[in-house]
Amino acid sequence: MENPNEKRRQELEKYFDKKGPFVFLRVAQMKRAWQQKNRRELTWWESTYIPTVVSGIWLTSKHFFRNLTLHILHTVGLFKDIPASATYQYPEQPRPLAKRLRTRHRLMKREDGTPRCVACMMCETVCPARCIEITATEHPDPNVEKQPAEFILDLGKCVYCGFCVEVCPEDAIRMDTGKLDTSEYSRESMIYDKKRLMEE
Amino acid sequence: MPKLTIDGKEIEVPSKTTIIQAAEKLGIVIPRYCYHPALPVSGNCRICMVEVEKQPKLQIACYTMVANGMIVKTNSPKVLEARKTVLEFLLVNHPLDCPVCDQAGECKLQDYYMEHGQYDSRLDDTKVKKEKKAFSIGPTVMLDQERCILCTRCVRFTDNITRTNEFGVFNRGDHSQLDVYPGKQLDNNYSGNVVDICPVGALTDKDFRFKCRVWYLDKTKSVCPGCSMGCNITVEWDKSRPHQDKKTRVMRLKPRVNPDVNDHWMCDTGRYDYHFIDKNRILTPQQGDNLISWDQAIDTMAQTIKPLKDSGHLNKIGILASAQLTNEDLFLIRKLFKDTLNGSQIDFRVPQSLGASDDFLLKADRNPNTAGADLILQPAEDADLRDIIQKARNGGLDILYVFGHDLVKLFGKNTVEEISKNVKLFIFQGSNVNETCGYAHLILPSAVYAEKDGTFINSQHRVQRIWPAFTPLGESKGDWEILSLLSAKIGAPISYPNSEEIFDDIASSLALFAEMSYEKIGDQGMMLWY
Ligand code: SF4
Ligand code: SF4
Ligand code: SF4
Ligand code: SF4
Ligand code: FES
Repeated sequence: MENPNEKRRQELEKYFDKKGPFVFLRVAQMKRAWQQKNRRELTWWESTYIPTVVSGIWLTSKHFFRNLTLHILHTVGLFKDIPASATYQYPEQPRPLAKRLRTRHRLMKREDGTPRCVACMMCETVCPARCIEITATEHPDPNVEKQPAEFILDLGKCVYCGFCVEVCPEDAIRMDTGKLDTSEYSRESMIYDKKRLMEE
Repeated sequence: MPKLTIDGKEIEVPSKTTIIQAAEKLGIVIPRYCYHPALPVSGNCRICMVEVEKQPKLQIACYTMVANGMIVKTNSPKVLEARKTVLEFLLVNHPLDCPVCDQAGECKLQDYYMEHGQYDSRLDDTKVKKEKKAFSIGPTVMLDQERCILCTRCVRFTDNITRTNEFGVFNRGDHSQLDVYPGKQLDNNYSGNVVDICPVGALTDKDFRFKCRVWYLDKTKSVCPGCSMGCNITVEWDKSRPHQDKKTRVMRLKPRVNPDVNDHWMCDTGRYDYHFIDKNRILTPQQGDNLISWDQAIDTMAQTIKPLKDSGHLNKIGILASAQLTNEDLFLIRKLFKDTLNGSQIDFRVPQSLGASDDFLLKADRNPNTAGADLILQPAEDADLRDIIQKARNGGLDILYVFGHDLVKLFGKNTVEEISKNVKLFIFQGSNVNETCGYAHLILPSAVYAEKDGTFINSQHRVQRIWPAFTPLGESKGDWEILSLLSAKIGAPISYPNSEEIFDDIASSLALFAEMSYEKIGDQGMMLWY
């Protein structure tokens, strides 16, 4: 007997030959069409859709009433150890973060409150998004010599690659604030300056 | 002439050549700290050690003279080991300052460590610190003794080149440190050069301090416009990081080696005179207080010049050209105002702008192209700007076209006020705002030397090329481009696609420039024919 797969393969080959190199982009589409053509016929009972609708409503209501009850019980302080829903109640309940996750940057301080950063511009140089802009100035302590007069980090451009942290010889910039929600109303307010990076 | 073999390559060099020089001729660069081609040999750093066959110990390449039949190895295991050891010694007490050190990126300690060092530190003790970190030793230079490797290049420079003897090495052995003599300051006019020759970051430039990291810099060859010596320089600029140094483009000037002109050096007057490139520039054409477009500006000029041209009253045009202009600019002035509008009064010689000078590089004439202007414009002898100014004051001129001169500074306010009243069109064309602008009827922004392609002729009559580092700021244009636009409007078009073609035209029309071209001038310049 003729192997249907073999036949299909030949069909495809012919198709590829005709359509040139970019046809692979359509392979997934063709696969879906193939599956649809070969799917099982629905029985009469199934084709009324009643069983599917009912089972769907059942599942939704089950979770709805379970969560509703649990939320009410939680508010009165009962059954706190059973979570009321499978999702995290963000922003009240933040998701636990992995220890090494790269989150929003901060600039470290010395004991005297000046930035630990010495404006070596390693991070500015390595940053693939070019979102760091440092201007250097004299540090009052001659043993430190140099510090940033301004340290601008445009989070709107940052790709969170963490290169800046890795390259810093002073461990002055870290991405460990655990803050992920840098949403703002304007692009300008996504630009963090030295003060914001050191304090927030 | 002795013949020797270095790394398997044979070479014949004059006797009394050192191994390091012979190797350089073969393209082999032996590491060096204390050796500098323009300074006497000192032989104290020992990084240049090489293996010479039949000699029991390694020899320093910077001091060992070549001999016939010598076989030198610059890369044998013994040599590499020696370099590593020398570096280890040099770095024993060297501070970990690279992040704050302005030399980082062009530091020979860093370079050789990456090339030859790469050892794990064996130092358990804490590094010995000097009493103070970087401190000022003069108006332009900072010294950090901890970073100094005591190569004495700077000492030899002040002893032998400037003969001002400011530096010395004090104390002995482990306690030796470099300093200026008590009560002395490094304040000669060549002090910036010690920063260039210091192989590490011990001597750094105050003007460049913390401004920019050196790896951001682009470099363009040029010629210093500070005086008629025409020292060869490199304009070091940064456009990719505009936040550095308040959006200015040029970060510093460095001398470029040209044995016939400035060797390795340049003076501080020229070195620090670059701020005008980005500051106080004229950005758009102006008529009185109104900003206008180039078209309007050129139209205004043409409307005044054309009637004079048609009626033949060309002696009512006065041109104050400048020796700051390139030969190409001057050639267009010559073509337009001497050939086409024959009869215009042209001069460029300022009566009293002589500055300080010395017997080394700095010349009293603070213009880079006096020789060029003289040759191209050929003004009448024993005359200068004053005759034209006098004429303008008395109402003898309809047009006074000034290229960059600050007339207020030269002739006083009253004179310029009178000129402004008596001349129909007083044009100021220049790069920077000065007091004269306030009296000019028409102000045209022109490019500075770092934005121009062209040539200067120095006081030795050497034609030298400058290259454009970046495009002119704002709407400013090269001087010859402005003249070319003007010539088209008055119906005598002189047009060139670029300054190279202008130079070719100069070369074919002026005998002294015969057979010259940009290619032949190259980056070392070419003497005029005499
Ligand atoms: S995380 Fe990456 S993109 Fe963001 S500032 Fe650091 S280096 Fe630049
Ligand atoms: S790498 Fe570190 S020390 Fe250097 S400029 Fe960036 S934050 Fe500052
Ligand atoms: S002199 Fe060189 S090695 Fe020393 S701190 Fe400066 S850059 Fe680093
Ligand atoms: S300051 Fe620089 S040039 Fe002078 S001795 Fe020290 S390392 Fe050499
Ligand atoms: S370069 Fe030869 S000893 Fe310093």
